[in-house]
Amino acid sequence: MISIAVFCLLTLASVWLFNRNIGRIRKSVLSGREFSPKGNFNEHFSTMLRVALGQGKMVSRPLSAVMHIFVYVGFVLINIEVIEMMVDGFIGLHRTFHFLGSFYDFLIGFFEILALLVFIGVVVFWLRRNLGRIKRFMSNDLNGFPRLDANAILIAEIFMMSALLTMNATDQVLQSRSVTGYHVAGSFPVSKWITFCFSGMSSDSLILLERGAWWFHIMGIFAFLNYLPFSKHLHIILAFPNTFFTSVKPMGQLNNLEAVTDVVKPNFDPSYVPREIDPNATPIAFGARDVFDLNWKQLLDAYTCTECGRCSSSCPANTTGKLLSPRKIMMSTRDRMEDVAKNKAANGGNFVDDGKSLLHDYISAEELWACTTCNACVQECPVNIDPLSIIIEMRRYLVMEKSEAPAALNGMFSNLENNGAPWQFSPSDRLNWVNENQ
Amino acid sequence: MSTSNLKVETMAEFAARGEMPEILFWVGCSGSFDDRAKKITRAIVKILNHVGIKFAVLGTEESCTGDHAKRAGNEFLFQMQAMQNITVLNGYQIKKIVTGCPHCFNTIKHEYPELGGNYEVIHHTELVRQLIAEGKLSVQGGSFQGKKITYHDPCYLGRANNIYEAPREIIAELDADLSEMKRSRAKGLCCGAGGAQMFKEAEKGNKEVNIERAEEALASQPNVIAVACPFCNVMMTDGVKHFNKEQEVKVLDVAELVVQANNL
Repeated sequence: MISIAVFCLLTLASVWLFNRNIGRIRKSVLSGREFSPKGNFNEHFSTMLRVALGQGKMVSRPLSAVMHIFVYVGFVLINIEVIEMMVDGFIGLHRTFHFLGSFYDFLIGFFEILALLVFIGVVVFWLRRNLGRIKRFMSNDLNGFPRLDANAILIAEIFMMSALLTMNATDQVLQSRSVTGYHVAGSFPVSKWITFCFSGMSSDSLILLERGAWWFHIMGIFAFLNYLPFSKHLHIILAFPNTFFTSVKPMGQLNNLEAVTDVVKPNFDPSYVPREIDPNATPIAFGARDVFDLNWKQLLDAYTCTECGRCSSSCPANTTGKLLSPRKIMMSTRDRMEDVAKNKAANGGNFVDDGKSLLHDYISAEELWACTTCNACVQECPVNIDPLSIIIEMRRYLVMEKSEAPAALNGMFSNLENNGAPWQFSPSDRLNWVNENQ
Repeated sequence: MSTSNLKVETMAEFAARGEMPEILFWVGCSGSFDDRAKKITRAIVKILNHVGIKFAVLGTEESCTGDHAKRAGNEFLFQMQAMQNITVLNGYQIKKIVTGCPHCFNTIKHEYPELGGNYEVIHHTELVRQLIAEGKLSVQGGSFQGKKITYHDPCYLGRANNIYEAPREIIAELDADLSEMKRSRAKGLCCGAGGAQMFKEAEKGNKEVNIERAEEALASQPNVIAVACPFCNVMMTDGVKHFNKEQEVKVLDVAELVVQANNL
């Protein structure tokens, strides 16, 4: 009875805490500026099915694609077994669903194979990450917590899968001894190979071990759930909304700034009626200086990033030693959002100026100016994050609000204004090529 | 300078006669002013003249599309340029545009509609492929037959607009040996010029992007590095010079390949 009470309390506490933290992130993301993704429901839904559910963009790197599929499918399907564990926990029985008979045996056997595949997947991931000399995992972007975060999750997964298999192995020995409560149920194609480790132990020790593994696994899941909001692993949830809300548009298309159109277009088209502006509203600056100036999709992108670094490993600037790293753009954005959320929490829900901003304090102008807008980062991201849109917004702020473009670009701008070309050529010479010899 | 054998008419001339061309050729700033890119412009015109397409250029009425300004964050300047061009294009009731540059192509196609400029826009490699498919242009390999050609995907044609096959199909017509670089198509590495980088020094790093890309292109020891963008052309040419390979390896636009192979 006590164990049922403890289990119910822990379940409630972890669900409550998770809900609270997810609510905080939700609020933080929705505080972003307005954004309407292009595309209709069907297009959004099919993007989500293809990219998130179907892992469509993972395939470009086959080894990690296969290992990731193991971990992903294992995670999703083993959680079906967790439903049974929850029911067992609430009513204090053992393997409640065994009445399903041979189908139950099939399921448990299937989950064991998945557990083994997950185990293999995370071990390979851990080895690659730590011994593989892979640049994107050795990068300075990951110094400190991010590196610890990545490894902690992999190690935790190894322990979780070991606990699951230990639970099943001890259960088998107990079942074979017809110990009270351990009725025969399930098939164990994987853990049967490790039962020999436990066959010499007394039934009391086995029960202790079996219960211990059961509690470890279920508590591990609760702990993981509540670790998610603080970890890059949040992608397992946010990948779905983030791919769903991706704009359906060609990658080359940058958004139009309507506020600029309202000023420019009337000069060319007298019939154009600018949007109505509320005279009492605070004027909005062009571009982005801080996270307050980004739209909610850009903020969702930041929380969805799992720091895999495929973006940076394909970035022409990053791979030639420039400071710019698209992954770091996303990580800095999330860091700033977290700092803002802490600031708000400490000041009764209102943000108190901390003298910092995303631009300069988290992301430098040097990083922003190194971008070639080639879209390789956008192409590579397995969960449809768009680091380029943040880079462009911040360039807009630097140029239109601060006039802080590199000197050479200011020269290009004035050529454009004066000659209608980025170089110092006279517009009257535009057709000279017709009469020039090769 | 001698008189040209190219037949080029401006939109103003067409309008004066009350005529409409089949298509407007958007030359772009590089194609108009840059010495290397002007050769690509002439190659495109030779193809258009050869198949007898009735086309016009805007000439002195053309102005920069504003792509570099927009990507450098100067939305004001971009929209000023865009509106100026849209006013001219709409004034002539232009319906169809072919561009010689992927940046102009992308900007007019995707960023002008929201400002009131709606046109059917194609890149010159798409037009050439179409002409071949329709039997209006027959391409022989000529001097490129059996030569090794590698193709560099411009970001604004490839990733930005999913045009990977048109240039490759044209190269295939030349009976050449098309060798792909390690990073190609959607994984193609930028030449380093986009996003207004063309007009500024690169940030501090350990290598120039175009050197990295040229090294990759030269790895398969090609006779020709084919490109489809005037900016990529400049960057790749500089990269090839960096490795002192300009005698053995030519950097040529796909349109130039067609013209040279067929003595147009």
